[in-house]
Amino acid sequence: MNQRSIDWWVGIFVLLGIVALAVLALRVGNLAGFTYGRGYVLHASFSNVGSLKTRSPVKIGGVTIGEVTDIQMNPKTFMAEVTMRISPRIRLPADTGASIYTAGLLGEQYISIQPGGMPQVLSPGATITMTQGAVNIDQLIGQMVFSKASGTSAGH
Amino acid sequence: MKEDFLVPRIGHAVRETVPRMGMAARFLVSSLTAPVRRDFSFRQWLRQIFGLGVLSLALMVVAAFFTGMVLGFQGYYALVRFGATSALGTLIALSLLRELGPVLTALLFAGRAGSALTAEIGSMKATEQLDAMEMMAVNPLAWVVAPRLWGGIFAVPILCTIFDLVGIFGGYLVSVPILGVDGGTFWAQMQANVSFHGDILNGLIKAACFGLVVTWIATWQGFSAHPTAEGVGSATTRSVVMASLAVLGLDFILTALLF
Repeated sequence: MNQRSIDWWVGIFVLLGIVALAVLALRVGNLAGFTYGRGYVLHASFSNVGSLKTRSPVKIGGVTIGEVTDIQMNPKTFMAEVTMRISPRIRLPADTGASIYTAGLLGEQYISIQPGGMPQVLSPGATITMTQGAVNIDQLIGQMVFSKASGTSAGH
Repeated sequence: MKEDFLVPRIGHAVRETVPRMGMAARFLVSSLTAPVRRDFSFRQWLRQIFGLGVLSLALMVVAAFFTGMVLGFQGYYALVRFGATSALGTLIALSLLRELGPVLTALLFAGRAGSALTAEIGSMKATEQLDAMEMMAVNPLAWVVAPRLWGGIFAVPILCTIFDLVGIFGGYLVSVPILGVDGGTFWAQMQANVSFHGDILNGLIKAACFGLVVTWIATWQGFSAHPTAEGVGSATTRSVVMASLAVLGLDFILTALLF
C-alpha cells in the first residue's frame, strides 16, 4: 500500500475517533449541560439537603433551568448552603421559594423552584429565603411505625 | 550443576529475570524517547497507525456491537427484578466507558496486533535484519520499535472511543426497540449519570496505558526472541499471554488510582 493512501486512511481513522469522542461527550456524557456556564448564581440554605449533589438539576414545574454548583455547610447556622447557577433567560421574583424533591421513589434529588408574584426580581448572588429541605424517608417511616404502635396500644 | 536444589533454582531464576526486566525498561525508555532525540520517522509512525489501528477497526466494531447487545440483555435481566429498567442506559454506558471498552479493546488489540508485532520483529531478528540495520548505523529501536510503540499509544484510545460508541449503540438497539425500555429515559438517565471527565476521559487514559503496555510487551518479546522459527513462535504466544494478563492486572491498579 503506498504512502498516500495510508495517509488518507490514518486521517479517516483519526477523524472517526474525534467524531466518536464528540458524540460520546454530547450524547452520552453531560458536557452539553454546560450551557448554564454563563448563567447567574443564586444561594439558598436548607436544613437538610438529603442526597443532593453538585450538578443536580434545578427545575421549575419539571423543566430544568439550572444546576447545583456547590453545597457547603455554614458553620454558624449549621444549615446547608446550596449555590446554584440559573439560566440567564429566567428572572425569578423576589418572593420565590425553593424545595428539594425526589424524582420518583428511588430517583435522584433535585431543587424545585416555586416562583412568587412580586414585581421585583432576585438579582444575581441573592439568597432565596423560603426553603424546604429534603424529606427524610427513614424519619417518615419511623414516625409512621411509632404512631401505629402507639395507636394499637391505645386501643387495648 | 545441581539444578534440583531449590535455592540454586531460585537464584538462577532471579539472575535470569532481573537483568531481563532492566533490559526491557531500558528498551522502553530509549524507544519512547526517540522522537525527542529527533531520531523518528513520521512516515513509519503513520504506517504503524494504519497497520495497528485502521486494520483492527472492523474487529473492534463487531466485538463492540455484540458486547453492547449482551450488556443490554444481561442488564435488563438483572434490573427488571427491581423495576429499575430506567437505569439500563446508565448501566450500559458506565460499564463500557469505564471498564469493558478499554479492557476488551486492549485484549483484542493484543491478539490482533500484538501477536503480529512480535512475529514481525522476531522474524526480523531471526533473518538478521536488525543486525543489518545496526551495521548501517540505523538504530533499530528508533526505526523499528519507536513507531510501533507510539502507534499503539495513539491507536488504542481511538479504537476504544469507537468501541464505546458502537457498544452503547448496540446496547440501545437491544434495550429500546427489542426489550421496550423507554428511549427518552434511556438517554436521559445516561446523560445525567455519565461525567465527561470522570468516566469518558479516564477510560481513554486507561486505553492509552494499555496501548503502551501491550505494544511494549509485544515489541520486547519480538526483540528478545531466540532467533529461530521455534523461538519466534514461542515469543508470539508469550506476548499475547503476558499482554492479556498485564492488561487485566493494570486495569485493577488504574481503576483503584483513577476512579
